[in-house]
Amino acid sequence: MWWTRLKALIIKELLAVLRDPKGRAILIGPPIIQLLVFSYAATLEVKNVDLMVLDRDTGHWSQELVQRVGGSPTFRTITGANSPAEVRRAIDKQRVLAALEIGPTFSRDIEAGRPAEVQVILDGRRSNASQIVSGYLTQIVGTLASETPAGKRAASDVIRVEARNWFNPNLTYQWFMVPNLVASIALLIGLVVTALSVARERELGTFDQLIVSPLRTHEILIGKLIPPMLIGLFHITIYILAAVFIFGVPLRGSLFLLYGSAVFYLASVVGLGLFISALSMTQQQAILGAFLFMVPAMLLSGFATPIENMPSWLQPITLVNPLRYFLVIVKGVFLKDIPLAEVVHQTLPLCLIAIVTLSAAAWLFRSKLE
Amino acid sequence: MTAAAPDVAGSSAAFVRLTGVTKRFGAPTPALDAIDGTIAGGRITGLVGPDGAGKTTLIRLMTGLMLPDAGTVEVLGYDTRTDPASIQAAIGYMPQRFGLYEDLSVQENLDLYADLRGLPKNERTATFDELLEFTDLKRFTTRLAGKLSGGMKQKLGLACALLRKPRLLLLDEPGVGVDPISRRDLWKMVENLTAEGIGVVWSTAYLEEAEACDHVFLLNHGNLLFAGAPQEMTSRVAERVFRVSGIEGRRREKLARLLDDEGVVDGVIQGEAIRLVMKAGLEPPSLDSNGAATAWRTDTTPPRFEDAFVDMLGGGPGGRSRLAETQRTFAAEESKAVIEARGLTKRFGDFTAADNITFDIPRGQIFGLLGPNGAGKSTTFKMLCGLLKPTAGEGRVAGFDLRRDAAEARNRLGYMAQKFSLYGDLSVIQNLNFFAGVYGLSGAKRRERIELMTQIFDFRSIQGMSAKDLPLGLKQRLALACAVLHEPEVLFLDEPTSGVDPITRREFWTHINGLVERGVTVLVTTHFMDEAEYCDRISLIYRGRSIALGSPDEMKARVANKDLPDPTMEDAFIALVQSSEAEQAA
Repeated sequence: MWWTRLKALIIKELLAVLRDPKGRAILIGPPIIQLLVFSYAATLEVKNVDLMVLDRDTGHWSQELVQRVGGSPTFRTITGANSPAEVRRAIDKQRVLAALEIGPTFSRDIEAGRPAEVQVILDGRRSNASQIVSGYLTQIVGTLASETPAGKRAASDVIRVEARNWFNPNLTYQWFMVPNLVASIALLIGLVVTALSVARERELGTFDQLIVSPLRTHEILIGKLIPPMLIGLFHITIYILAAVFIFGVPLRGSLFLLYGSAVFYLASVVGLGLFISALSMTQQQAILGAFLFMVPAMLLSGFATPIENMPSWLQPITLVNPLRYFLVIVKGVFLKDIPLAEVVHQTLPLCLIAIVTLSAAAWLFRSKLE
Repeated sequence: MTAAAPDVAGSSAAFVRLTGVTKRFGAPTPALDAIDGTIAGGRITGLVGPDGAGKTTLIRLMTGLMLPDAGTVEVLGYDTRTDPASIQAAIGYMPQRFGLYEDLSVQENLDLYADLRGLPKNERTATFDELLEFTDLKRFTTRLAGKLSGGMKQKLGLACALLRKPRLLLLDEPGVGVDPISRRDLWKMVENLTAEGIGVVWSTAYLEEAEACDHVFLLNHGNLLFAGAPQEMTSRVAERVFRVSGIEGRRREKLARLLDDEGVVDGVIQGEAIRLVMKAGLEPPSLDSNGAATAWRTDTTPPRFEDAFVDMLGGGPGGRSRLAETQRTFAAEESKAVIEARGLTKRFGDFTAADNITFDIPRGQIFGLLGPNGAGKSTTFKMLCGLLKPTAGEGRVAGFDLRRDAAEARNRLGYMAQKFSLYGDLSVIQNLNFFAGVYGLSGAKRRERIELMTQIFDFRSIQGMSAKDLPLGLKQRLALACAVLHEPEVLFLDEPTSGVDPITRREFWTHINGLVERGVTVLVTTHFMDEAEYCDRISLIYRGRSIALGSPDEMKARVANKDLPDPTMEDAFIALVQSSEAEQAA
């Protein structure tokens, strides 16, 4: 009996989303846009940098330095400058991101074994890119320094650093981003589809119809819970396929673990969606509410910036963010063979969040009916 | 103020001239199909017809906000295609939901519209004064528009439309959501305007409003069925309308039989009596089925607009309800009430939406909650079917408190909400499947019931269509089918036939009457005064209180006097409201 009722509700929910042209658009549009934007456009790498060089030396070493900088793929154009004023103007107008100023005695100092000086001027308005460019330039200068006569002499004494990137040896940006997207798309779709489903019914007056039917509150909740989870799993699958076959991300761990924890992740997301939807009277409010939650959830998840970098008072807030835990699992399954114990360790909080959000949604539903 | 009409020769000249006006909105059938006609100044022209007839479209065409696909609309001598601005400067238009700003006060709304319409500053004080006086809103100038009652909102809307005295006033369903008293006030105001030579177009789905108009355009499915004086319309059924009274036994069953009679064009329950429209020259059948003489009395009665409308559409449906015939019977074993309301009270903050409402409904009866929108009938209704928790009091349905008792108790009731809450994106068959599943029908039983509904309501050819694309009449049928799939013993109907055409409404009531004969108990809310007469008993709900309880005939009898020997339900309502207010004041 209860199964007949529940099945009817689940089928209805799926049909309601799939038969509505707007519903279909939500299922197809944002996922594609997100995949394209995040994996191609929203890159954290710094490329195509314009650099200005004020070379007051023009000796052998300074030319060597300029050539090495020019040979680096990071820099798009290198413009020569004749005066510090020109450098100032170029940075001010944002024509270049950085300028390299080589002192007049640069080559002579090197030949003489004296400390030689190079100044790097950066545009602090673009702090992140400047920092990275500064790193690149320091690296190039460092390599050059080790090849100078003085450098060669000291070579045996200095420590050589050899960097190896595990899990993503070439630091391919997409290897990092696409697994992240698997988690964030499930958040987006799960929240929006759920938040809309109840609000839509309330707007059209069909929600009353459900309440006077023999469906119990928990059956309505389960019926509202399962379809968005199915849709979320579908999107996760599509993104995993895209990650492996389009972006060539290695899949080193167990899909079984990934899907297993995805169920709990989706349950907690859908619980949040139901909570939002129980609070909102119209579809507009529901969508707004969903995004109001989603933007901070993305920022406080470790998606783009490490949680460890956040101030200590902010870090505890990330503990209630389901995205945080699932990100660890997705990246772990893709880039390393994450062990079962770690998956369980991350899934337990998800389970807890799901229980809390679902009971809160159930409670809110009941109290709204009063 | 005087109505200036310099460029129209004489006040009787056509204010609006419609020639072959056609408008389509993608659908295969046009929203308006080759409408011809003229609207004159100095009188009220009724634009009458059910929802979806094309009333709003026609009004919007007259404002020039929309252009016809074919034909021309000429308003006050200007063509809407070439000179919409001149038209818009000279008319007043009040759309269905008047664009009042709910968060502004009455005065602020007036100021805003005065600015928008460019009313000169020096004229404002006088104009506002006059309009506030006219609409009786002077006491409420500081109140927020959102806090006004439905009737006051319409009056304020009217005031805003009259800021620059128009020569033509277009009112789109001003009577919707307004209690009968405010509706009469509104009507009187508009009548006063016509005395100044202003032309008024009043669109309505209430057929009784049509009778009061000077001139009527009757629209149905985009076609103009009739244009002329309403008396001309009703005269087509003159001497053919009968009131059959003194009926012994169950009148609904008798009505069903009468409707299947060859000579009967239309018939409805009217309180204890039956109202019949006969074919020309035929007397109502006066014999009972077994041939025995009965105590029936048949008198001719003045025809109503609706009688003529149904006659024009070729008569109402027959009296047989296959739905009821296939439904199980609920024996009226004991006299215990099936639905009980005991002191139901609901407060929202300091606002009492329903105040101590008590009634009970025995098995096999139709009980009506009658009242204007916002009076509290929906609140009462919702408390009974478990959608709202009463602040005090209790409601029981078939012995269960629907808020507390098991879901199985809800399996016994069928619910059909206002605006037919179907799932618009689901097809007809998917809707049926969903409701069957939710009410626990599965396997062979489900197939059998759905097949039956498909046959009875003729869904076969449309079963793949999305519910939202169905015409109103079919939506209504589908909603009924979904509500009765599981053979409920109690039916809750919230404004079930508002806005549908009279034929669909009759078909609906034929099914309901049939079900009631099988022992189904029905609670219905309505703001149609006519529809109240289909009920066995009604409760008049006004401002949250039940001001009268009894059969429709009893209510009418209570207010009958020598000035008004045969009051209508609306007369009764108004008189009862007034006497209850007098009591309150005393």
